[in-house]
Amino acid sequence: MNAFDVPAPPSGPVPWDQPFALARLLDMLRIRRLEEKAAELYGQQKIRGFLHLYIGEEAIASGALCALRPGDNVVCTYREHGHALLRGVSMNAIMAEMYGKQQGCSRGRGGSMHLFDRATHFYGGQGIVGGGLPLATGLALADKLSKRPGADSNPFEKREGGPLTACFFGEGAMAEGAFHESMNLAALWQLPLLFCCENNLYAMGTALARSESQTDLCIKAASYGIATERVDGMDVVAVHEVVKRAAHQVRQGAGPVFMELQTYRFRAHSMFDPELYRDKQEVEAWKTRGPIHTYSTRLKKQGTLTEDEFLALDATAQAEVDVAVAFAEAGTWEPVENLGCDVTAPESAV
Amino acid sequence: MARQISYRDALREALRDALLADPRVFLMGEDVGRYGGTYAVSKGLLDEFGPERVRDTPLSELGFVGAGVGAALGGMRPIVEIMTVNFSLLALDPIVNSAAMLRHMSGGQFSVPLVIRMATGAGRQVAAQHSNSFEGWYAHVPGLRVLAPATVEDARGMLQPALADPDPVLIFEHAQLYNLMGDAPDNSPVDICHARVRRAGSDVSLITFGGCLPKTLQAAEELAVLGVSAEVIDLRVLRPLDDATVMASMRKCRRAVVIDEGWRSGSLAAEVMARICEQAFFDLDAPLARVCSEEVPIPYARHLEEAALPQVANIVTAVQALMGISP
Repeated sequence: MNAFDVPAPPSGPVPWDQPFALARLLDMLRIRRLEEKAAELYGQQKIRGFLHLYIGEEAIASGALCALRPGDNVVCTYREHGHALLRGVSMNAIMAEMYGKQQGCSRGRGGSMHLFDRATHFYGGQGIVGGGLPLATGLALADKLSKRPGADSNPFEKREGGPLTACFFGEGAMAEGAFHESMNLAALWQLPLLFCCENNLYAMGTALARSESQTDLCIKAASYGIATERVDGMDVVAVHEVVKRAAHQVRQGAGPVFMELQTYRFRAHSMFDPELYRDKQEVEAWKTRGPIHTYSTRLKKQGTLTEDEFLALDATAQAEVDVAVAFAEAGTWEPVENLGCDVTAPESAV
Repeated sequence: MARQISYRDALREALRDALLADPRVFLMGEDVGRYGGTYAVSKGLLDEFGPERVRDTPLSELGFVGAGVGAALGGMRPIVEIMTVNFSLLALDPIVNSAAMLRHMSGGQFSVPLVIRMATGAGRQVAAQHSNSFEGWYAHVPGLRVLAPATVEDARGMLQPALADPDPVLIFEHAQLYNLMGDAPDNSPVDICHARVRRAGSDVSLITFGGCLPKTLQAAEELAVLGVSAEVIDLRVLRPLDDATVMASMRKCRRAVVIDEGWRSGSLAAEVMARICEQAFFDLDAPLARVCSEEVPIPYARHLEEAALPQVANIVTAVQALMGISP
């Protein structure tokens, strides 16, 4: 896909009942408002270091995470605020982590790029491109070897099959050896693994065609004998339906599935990125496909959403952000005496 | 007389015990199954435990070491075998960026109870890309425990406590030691926190680990004939280093030579010497000395390889220089 060939905006009916449909809209609004605030706080130097925003890509996290079960494992990249949030990590803990406070979900040790949460099987927040893929392979291997039961429930899905591991990564990771080694192992060992490639067309500033000899990502994945799906990643409906189907297949023991979720990042790669590698017009053209407004338009058109309802959802998201900022502001710094904690277990454990 | 077994057999017995004791334990690596292990350490285990638990992998160090990290995160107790330390360089990312950092980076939520075994060291004329000793590199990294069994007892006893450690443990098996014979130990675990005095002495401390231990013990024998009483310390645990045992020996012997098969610059030997200077400087009667590998890629030709590595004669000469004894 060429960055200048901007497809038509997602359209068509939304085949969901109203509560589910509105929940997905709220998902996307929560991520959007959280990250807009994070960018603002970065300007105020409340948040430092690297801050990688997901703005424009929210339909993927919204459509995919709700297709998973509580016992599934989730492995993400450094652009993971949205995944963490929709996985169930509280916005308070995420914001406090970005502030570097000890109330943060990684006690201030990780920051924006390294959100972790044991309770929701959220394995980060991986800062090395492709680094999450072998870990996800191992998590899936552990589930297969231990025959971990998958009996936990998802209100939107019937209980069947075992747990899976969903690994989110960018298309830039597909040039890494870690991608190819992980695909090979996952296919060879028929692991319950969902490869979710978020193709936003740029590996930092390098366009897909400038970094990949084969720009059809599904062909690469298919060469390992893995089932593939290509999805419009800016259409929350398409994302959810495909992930739901793929997850079912994976849970039945049919081996891994690779999904290319085609999307676009509206903001810079990080707060240090001057965006010299793409035209403003290109970004503007992609914004016509923005996942929140195109989805809202569809819902309104079919009478599932009114403008008042939209504003109410948006206010809910904004209120949650306000609470999270207050929580982070009120948070405390880990005492420096604790610097060496959690490097290894206490010696008594050995 | 006690039953004699080899270092290799001791490692195998330890693996077998571990697989029998805990269903979460599995062994994974290149040619660990059908081939029986590159050094025949895992011979027979495939037949006994099956391909799920004695798992052959593709030549994919980054992939299967990373998968070992993930499996450990997921509640298993993987033992990953890397064929040689040189190949482990392909897996530095999962070892350093993931295994060693995840506990801290996650604020203590996750731990990586992973054991990685690998062959290390030179001496078999397998040339530059199969002969290094990078133990010192790994010992640089917080979050890892680094072990160097140099005796049959440690080969037998280190695996069990390594598996019980909630954090990643690297076990370096020197390729020259696989045929070493010793009394068959029972199946009790050994301590993986402390160095051990392998020979008591009073004139000079010879501090070493791994494949250099037999050479150092032999040098101590030759020094005894020359009237020098050498104490030999086997570090065993390269991270975290056991300073107390080293400093106790310094207070007694007041002189030290560190023997390390790694390259000299930035070596583990350098770290040990720095700690002695920091903690026991006023106990010293002579400058510290070390015997390390020459700073060349390890060559193939036998005489050149021998010249590149620490040898008994180098150790004896270094001690003589320190003691002011003319050779």
